[in-house]
This record gives sequence, structure tokens and C-alpha cells, in this order.
Amino acid sequence: MINMSVDLAGVTLKNPVMTASGTFGSGAEYNEFVDISKLGAVVTKGVANVPWPGNPTPRIAEVSSGMLNAIGLQNPGIDLFCKRDIPYLTERNATIMVNVCGHTTEEYVEVVERLANEPVDLLEINISCPNVKEGGIAFGQNPKAVEAITAAVKAKAKQPVIMKLSPNVTDITETAKAAEAGGADGLSLINTLTGMKIDINKRTFALANKTGGLSGPAIKPVALRMVYQTVNAVRIPVIGMGGIANAQDALEFLMAGAKAVSIGTANFANPYVTMEVINGIEDYLKKNNISDINDIIGCVK
Amino acid sequence: MKKKIPCRVLENKEIAKDIFDMRIDAKDIAKEAKCGQFVALYSKDKSRMLPRPISLCGIDREKGELRLVFRIAGAGTAEFAKLTAGDDIEVMGPLGNGFTDFGKKAILFGGGIGIPPMLELAKSLKERPIVVLGYRDAENFLADEFAKVADVYIATDDGSVGTKGNVIDAAKAAGLKGEVIYACGPTPMLRGVKAFGEELCVPTYISMEEKMACGIGACLACVCKSKETDEHTNVHNKRICKEGPVFEAGEVEL
Repeated sequence: MINMSVDLAGVTLKNPVMTASGTFGSGAEYNEFVDISKLGAVVTKGVANVPWPGNPTPRIAEVSSGMLNAIGLQNPGIDLFCKRDIPYLTERNATIMVNVCGHTTEEYVEVVERLANEPVDLLEINISCPNVKEGGIAFGQNPKAVEAITAAVKAKAKQPVIMKLSPNVTDITETAKAAEAGGADGLSLINTLTGMKIDINKRTFALANKTGGLSGPAIKPVALRMVYQTVNAVRIPVIGMGGIANAQDALEFLMAGAKAVSIGTANFANPYVTMEVINGIEDYLKKNNISDINDIIGCVK
Repeated sequence: MKKKIPCRVLENKEIAKDIFDMRIDAKDIAKEAKCGQFVALYSKDKSRMLPRPISLCGIDREKGELRLVFRIAGAGTAEFAKLTAGDDIEVMGPLGNGFTDFGKKAILFGGGIGIPPMLELAKSLKERPIVVLGYRDAENFLADEFAKVADVYIATDDGSVGTKGNVIDAAKAAGLKGEVIYACGPTPMLRGVKAFGEELCVPTYISMEEKMACGIGACLACVCKSKETDEHTNVHNKRICKEGPVFEAGEVEL
């Protein structure tokens, strides 16, 4: 019998495979393809204090081994989210990490306070979205701002707080350490890398927002490097993500020291991918006579 | 229930420049499909991650077959064009809501690569419909098949066949009247169809298109502006892949 469960900031996960925020809604759409209760956690699409309409279309463009997106955090707001999305997930016994977004510290804190008495396991604070004008990445690129918003959220949060960091910085260990100093219980990285595509036939930007966040296997080596650097710079657990598309990719992040991994863009290429990754990790452990997944976490120094 | 399965290509041929007519053995997807729905086709090249949404030109529920007529629009569809009988392709479906038959005299408008989904609709309607097809030139793919099940009018950009101009020019030239309108085509055409439906005071249903990633309503890429607040996000953005692709024209801003 192989142990696949990991401890993440005091929360026991069935396995280390989660979904990346924004690629999986609140689980309902993918529950037609996979049993969401079998995931380490469902990480929901970012939710704000009020509904956000998001950006104009086109919002996505495919690029080699990845995609650009500028959805703009369209979301139903915390009221409808608590009424509909949380019960949907709890009825199906899913472990829940809610991704929280906002334009200001007050907006983030308002959502966190609303979630305090909800049956939610973890909070992921999105201070790294490249597609909204205020908030998002504006917080995530400045270590002082990262520390301050982390502290403000921690002061009100009843669940462990995971800060989601931006890769659009010179040194990710600076923002990682700032989040740790602010009291974060864990870190998620990486969010998308800001990119661009031009449609040469229409002679315009492929995205209405001009720029968008690059995700998919194209960013995996960058993400893995940043996860490894961060794991070695902080004491809090790190959730690794960025281009994971199969069990081999997930194992690389775990061996680099990530306590868990999130799968995002690969869901679009294969709606069954999360289950395939969980099974693939288990097969790898079996084949190599490893009885506990924790034995491979951080095994590459 | 949606699923993603490998499907065997039964036939694939070019029926006009860059327009391909492909039949696939889609098993359960075909058995559950409704006209106006679509499927997502996946590239074998892993560097092209996102599925391509393709409308259903024909559904044979008994044989479990789907007919997909698509245009080469980029590298992904160029790959699909090269498939031959016996090849496999990953397909997810059926997706979206589809058309509803109200048992009324219908006018169908199809423009360019919006023409194929209207064929299955024309075949399935109880009452023989009127069909107005818009092409660039004399390459009038599928027109002969429409003629078997509908009264067909044609508009061409270059005037080589039928009315010179767009589908609305052709409908007005012929003084067409109906009790319900269905349309699929480029956005400027859909605007014209919406206005035509308002003039005739008849319900108008349009099938829309936008860049998609997941195809199942999770990623919120393919939204359109809607008059009413949408059920999912409580703003004014309906998901084309989920609440659509078919909308009552008054529901959406074009």
C-alpha cells in the first residue's frame, strides 16, 4: 500500500495533485470527466467581493506548447460563490482551496472574512494576475506590498493562507520571503508569464487586452527553476505549477521540493489529465519500490 | 454526457478550396448529439494544446457517425485536412446547446463556414424550410444537398451565382417571409440577420463563435455580451460553449 497523502500547511491532502486556479471553474464542468473528490484539492477560479465582468474578447490565443489568456478574472462574486459553488464542492467531498482576488487590500480582506465560517480548507491569495489593471500583479511584484497584504489577510483568515506569486519579477525569492515574513502558511508558484501575440493577417494583437498570461508546457522549465529556488529560500511549503501536463512533469516539481502540484492548461488539452497524473505518480512509486510519496518530495537537492 | 474519445475517420475530402468534408465514427457522441451542437477536435501535435471547435454538419445516430465540414484556418485544421480514412482523431462532445424546432416555417441563413451546421438543421425540421446561403464565389459547397430538403437562395460576394451581395440582400430581393429564423455565419452577417428578424418581428436564433480553450464552460474565454445577467457569473457574459452557441438574437449584443 502506497501512501499518496501529503500535509500542506496543516491540511491533509489525499494526494498532492490539485487544479490550477482559473482552469477548472469550481469543479462542476470537469466533474463530468473526473471524480473531483479524488483530487488533492480543487482550487477554484478567483473570486472577488463583487461580480467582475472580466476583459473584452478575444481572451485567449494558442501559442507553441501553451496559450495566452487575458480573461480578467471574470467571477460571480463571493455571495453567489458561497451559495452555489462551495455547497457543490462539499456535497461531493472535494477538498477546497478558494482562490481570492481583489483590486485593493480591503477587497481581498472582505472576501477572506466572508470565507471565515465557510467549509473551506485553504485560501490561495492571487496577488499575481497579470490581466487586471489594479490589484493582482501590482501587489505581487513589490516585496513590501506582498508582506503587507499577506499580513492583512492573515489577520482575518481562519484557514491557512497560501500566497500565489508572480514569475514576472527579477528574483522570486524576494517576494517569497516577503510573503513568509507577512505570515503566509504556504506559497503557490508560478502564475502566468506576461506575453503577447500578433495576428499578422489582421495586423492587430491576438488578445483584446494586448498582453496575456503565458501558460502551458512552454513555461515548465522556468516554473521548475523558480519552485526549486523558492523551496530553498523559505521554510513554508510550496505548491508547484506551470506547464504540468503529465506524471513525469509533476514528479519533477515534487522532487524539486514542491509539497503539492497544480495542473492548469493541460486540463484543456485533456479533461482526464488530473486522474492520469495521480495514477502515473502512484505507478512511478510502485515501480521504484517507494512506499510514501513524502520520500521523494525534495529528493533532488 | 460529454466525453473525449478517439474516433475513426471514415472519409475526408476537399469539397471546395480549403473546405473539407470529414465523416467520423463518433459512437456515443453521435448518438447523443443534437443539431446546432459542436465537437472539439484535438491535434496530434502536443505543441497545439487547445481543441478546435467544429460544428456538426450531419448526425447519423443509428450508425454513430458525425459529418464535419470545416475550413482550413490555421495549422490545426490543416492537420485535420490531411487525415484519411482509417486514421484516428481525438474528439470531445457533444458540446453546447443546439437548435430547437418550433414546428414553424423557418428561414435559415448560413454564411461561409457557418453553412455546414444549417444542413443538419434543414434536414431535421418538420416543415420544409427556406435556406439562404452566402458564399464568396461560385464554389457553392453543400448547396445541392440543401436543395433536396429546402427552397434555396444564394448570395455571392462576386455576383457569380444568385444575388450579388450578402444573404440579407438575397432574402430581401426574393421578399422572403417566415415565422422563425436560424443563422450561423460571421458576426457582420449575424448583425444583418438580427435586424432582418426584427423587421419581420419573428424569433431569431443565431449560432455564435469565439476563441475557445476548454470547450465546456470552465475557462470563460468564449463569452459574449448578453442582455440579461448570466447564470454562471451574474454579470452580462454568456458562455458560447455552454449557454450557446445558439442564442435568441435579442439575448446577445453583436
